[in-house]
Amino acid sequence: MRKYLSFFRIRFLAGLQYRAAAWAGIATQFAWGGMSILMYRAFYQSGQSAFPMEFSQLSSYIWMQQAFLAMFMVWFYDNEIFDHITSGSIAYELCRPCDLYSMWFVKNMAIRLSRVVLRCAPILLVAALLPAPYGVTLPASLEAALLFPISMLLGFLVMVAFSMLVYISAFYTISPNGVRILVTSVLEFLAGGVLPIPFFPDWLRPVMYALPFASMQNTPYLIYVGHFAAGDALGGMVMQLFWVIALVLMGKGWMNRALKKVVVQGG
Amino acid sequence: MKLYFRYLSMLLKSQMQYKASFFMMVVGQFLVSFTTFLGMWFMFDRIQSVDGFTFSEVLLCFALMLLAFSATECFARGFDRFPALIRSGELDRILVRPRGVIFQVLTANVEFSRMGRFAQAILVLAYAIPTSGIVWTGDKILTLTLMFVGGLGVFTALFVLYAGISFFTIEGLEFMNIFTDGSREFGRYPLSIYGEGVLKFLTYVIPVALFQYYPLLYLTGRSQNQGLIFLPVLGMLFLIPCYLFFRFGLRKYQSTGS
Repeated sequence: MRKYLSFFRIRFLAGLQYRAAAWAGIATQFAWGGMSILMYRAFYQSGQSAFPMEFSQLSSYIWMQQAFLAMFMVWFYDNEIFDHITSGSIAYELCRPCDLYSMWFVKNMAIRLSRVVLRCAPILLVAALLPAPYGVTLPASLEAALLFPISMLLGFLVMVAFSMLVYISAFYTISPNGVRILVTSVLEFLAGGVLPIPFFPDWLRPVMYALPFASMQNTPYLIYVGHFAAGDALGGMVMQLFWVIALVLMGKGWMNRALKKVVVQGG
Repeated sequence: MKLYFRYLSMLLKSQMQYKASFFMMVVGQFLVSFTTFLGMWFMFDRIQSVDGFTFSEVLLCFALMLLAFSATECFARGFDRFPALIRSGELDRILVRPRGVIFQVLTANVEFSRMGRFAQAILVLAYAIPTSGIVWTGDKILTLTLMFVGGLGVFTALFVLYAGISFFTIEGLEFMNIFTDGSREFGRYPLSIYGEGVLKFLTYVIPVALFQYYPLLYLTGRSQNQGLIFLPVLGMLFLIPCYLFFRFGLRKYQSTGS
């Protein structure tokens, strides 16, 4: 356990070094969030009642999404891992006296978290100061405030566990770009990154809730803005827990199979 | 020019080496913008129009933006990798070759997989052109063509600006995404829906509205002012300051060594 913690620390501290980049990122995400809200405002002006969420809830959702973007961004991968696989330096990784899956998992968590730590506070702070329907509000209820952090953690684990599957797929494809972009586009959509899941048509939503992707960013944010009633929130979190376990088991199993067959190229 | 096509065919051949990966990229590119399209469709499933624009009219906007952006990105992709060229010192090698820098950057990388997005744009356009209720007379066709050309100009200018800024800072570059990717993402709706302030900014500072919103007004018959047809050409003047800025950066450039 200790060694994984120190892997986490190294990566986390390394990630904290990119401060100028973080400021640029904050500005970008702030502009992005603002434009999204203006866009939805135009839609809401054309017909309030047609939409499943109140406008202030949607604003909170969007700001949360921007603030914690790095935790759930699907297009972000640690290129070092892909390089290990494609260049053959995976051999050194295998020599280390620790479990490859856990090591990569922890490293991934650390990079993503370090980015969030640098970025979330300024975004949330400014968004909280914006006038009423456009800013981020406090959690919808005490219950929401209590459940939100747990759900956030679970969603994060689902996200990382899923991205592990993409890394492992590189053992088979060698050139990972194709798989990556394919997975990215579909996942972003199904996770509610393009459009929040409540906005999807009725016939599609049940399908989406049955997939692991709705258990990533969607559940915690909807809990936060109070879109889920108490029962639904707990149900959503049970789903999250299920997917964490299922995806980790899948990933470990698949990796062991891949490692048995791995051929280290070159010398 | 001949050299340019030599480069093109070389790049195409090399990208076709990983065939499965290449086709997955094309499909992936298609899907990226297809999900955006679905998102728009689901929103319009709930209401008739936004800010007075119907779904077909918005689709026209979306297709045009995507067409211009993907075409630019396909050929000007090299600029995207410009910061990497500076960091690795590769730029020094480019500078000593007997061809222009811009030319070499343009030929350094052409991303053919962007065709996926381009194809999508054509499909949406093919749907939107007949359903938009516009009578396609000569002047309307000219407007649409100029919108596309203007889009090419403005997006190319933005990529050049991006490369120019990378002479001064590499870390801060992420902010430029709001102008490049942001224009594509938010330009799928007529820019007036974001309110007066945003529209003014996108008219006078980054002239995206010049090839999108104003000609669209003429195209959809909201305005009869024929001067609007030629605004995209005015927008292309944006290339000049961006190019000058790039030259300025290049003159200041000091190699990273190694």
